[in-house]
Amino acid sequence: MAKKRRDAAVVGIYEWPKRVDPSVSAMQIKAASIRRALEDAGLDWKDIDAIYDAGDGEGGGGLGLAAYLGVRPTVIDTTQVGGSSYEFQAAHALRDIAAGKADVAVLSYGSKAATQRIPIGTGGRGVGGNWQGNMEIPYGATLISNYAMVATRHMHQYGTTSEQLAEISVATRAHAMRNPEAVQAMADLQFVGVNEITVDDVLNSRMIADPLHLLECCMVSDGGGAAIIVSGDVAKKTKKKPVWILGSGEATSYRTNDGDITVSAGAQSAPIAFGEADVKPKDVDIAMIYDSFSITVAVCLEDLGFCKKGEVGDYVKGGVLRWDKKGAPALNTDGGGLSSNHPGMRGLFLLLESVRQLRGESTSQVPNAKLAVAHGNGGLLGATHTGGTVILAAD
Amino acid sequence: MPNRPQPQFPELDSQPFWEGAKNGELRYQTCDDCKEVVFYPRAHCTKCGSGKTTWRTSKGTGTIYTYSVVRQNRSPAFADLGAYAVAYVDVDEGFRMLTNIVGVDDPTKQIKVGMKVKVEFEKQDSGEYPIPVFRPA
Repeated sequence: MAKKRRDAAVVGIYEWPKRVDPSVSAMQIKAASIRRALEDAGLDWKDIDAIYDAGDGEGGGGLGLAAYLGVRPTVIDTTQVGGSSYEFQAAHALRDIAAGKADVAVLSYGSKAATQRIPIGTGGRGVGGNWQGNMEIPYGATLISNYAMVATRHMHQYGTTSEQLAEISVATRAHAMRNPEAVQAMADLQFVGVNEITVDDVLNSRMIADPLHLLECCMVSDGGGAAIIVSGDVAKKTKKKPVWILGSGEATSYRTNDGDITVSAGAQSAPIAFGEADVKPKDVDIAMIYDSFSITVAVCLEDLGFCKKGEVGDYVKGGVLRWDKKGAPALNTDGGGLSSNHPGMRGLFLLLESVRQLRGESTSQVPNAKLAVAHGNGGLLGATHTGGTVILAAD
Repeated sequence: MPNRPQPQFPELDSQPFWEGAKNGELRYQTCDDCKEVVFYPRAHCTKCGSGKTTWRTSKGTGTIYTYSVVRQNRSPAFADLGAYAVAYVDVDEGFRMLTNIVGVDDPTKQIKVGMKVKVEFEKQDSGEYPIPVFRPA
């Protein structure tokens, strides 16, 4: 591997442990998570000089969060591109730190999606009144149905099957059962069975939007967390070994008149990130890929270059995505959005579990994990969406 | 009659499309300069940026590019519909639109990618704009 970039590193993380928590607000989750992530890093509240915020939290955002925290950052970034916001924010923190604009950057997230019973996947798609909404709202295309239409087309073009897509849910659940917080999450959210699942279990779960079954859909939880990203100089004095950000890529994609719906924005963002990091997909130990639905992972595995377009069905066979199997990087070793944590924008957790793996702290620890990719997909796969790819490496 | 959400106005890009729907016309735009088909509606060409476009009327025939049958929608306008099919239809003049497929007894079994379909304008209890949907041709 070529000499690694040493501009910015993740040095502090915290994931809110409860997935149903009526006792706190989203802003309280954010502030408390920042405090715990700073403790993890061995840094202080007053060290914060850059905040990145996706507008989550009651009265937060670019105007509200710094005021709530009581800090005076000199970089205020309000990137909001859906669930991948945190990959974009990590990219911007790397850029801002490398440019000398900041030394201690804070990403945070808080959500009460479970307590507030927000039907993220099956609710209406807001109101019309804009150029896009007026052409879509009358048709009742739920969030999940957009992803489902990608799956239908993938099956049509490549012969991909539900049995193959189910492998993603099965591997992810196996990881969740090793993560006590994920087990508690599934119990608190009243999952029908808090246990490992089989391909048949997935296929026998009820259809939500053909061809996607219930067990191919992420949960709706409360939750949040924080990550502290610092300059190389600051990383020399933090408590734990830094996890370096080697490269990043950003892209957006959307419905076009003649596009291939099975290709996501990741096909554009990933080569940029891998190129900047000067590493190859085959070097990756840990793949943290936004598992809103099984098909999201399937498409992104292809677009990130782990296998060729159309071949993911064969690629995922035989449980190769499990933490203890060879043949592919370990997928979503925390249990993912499918089985551990999905409060609406999961992108932050992709970074957090990448860091745990590269520190040796995961509950499904891959021995000697050196390189991780966190890939967020925000918005609606198949329609307007974003892809953010971040490559992280152990010290 | 169905009770789907209506488009909301004022909305300057899509208004001519929906005025066309009131007259039973499925409208789209082409660029005067580079001839690109522009859809969804807007005031510029998405290929060359030109501000000169012309509204045209489609014959209303096309092919299903992909679809999904929605089994669960918690928004009131759709909660009582039962399973219904959303789809992208490649309309023959060269634009891909989100729509619903109607006119089949069992959408979970009778809809296929590649199926030929034709437009119809479904009147709504919810307001004055009929919604263009497609049924097997």
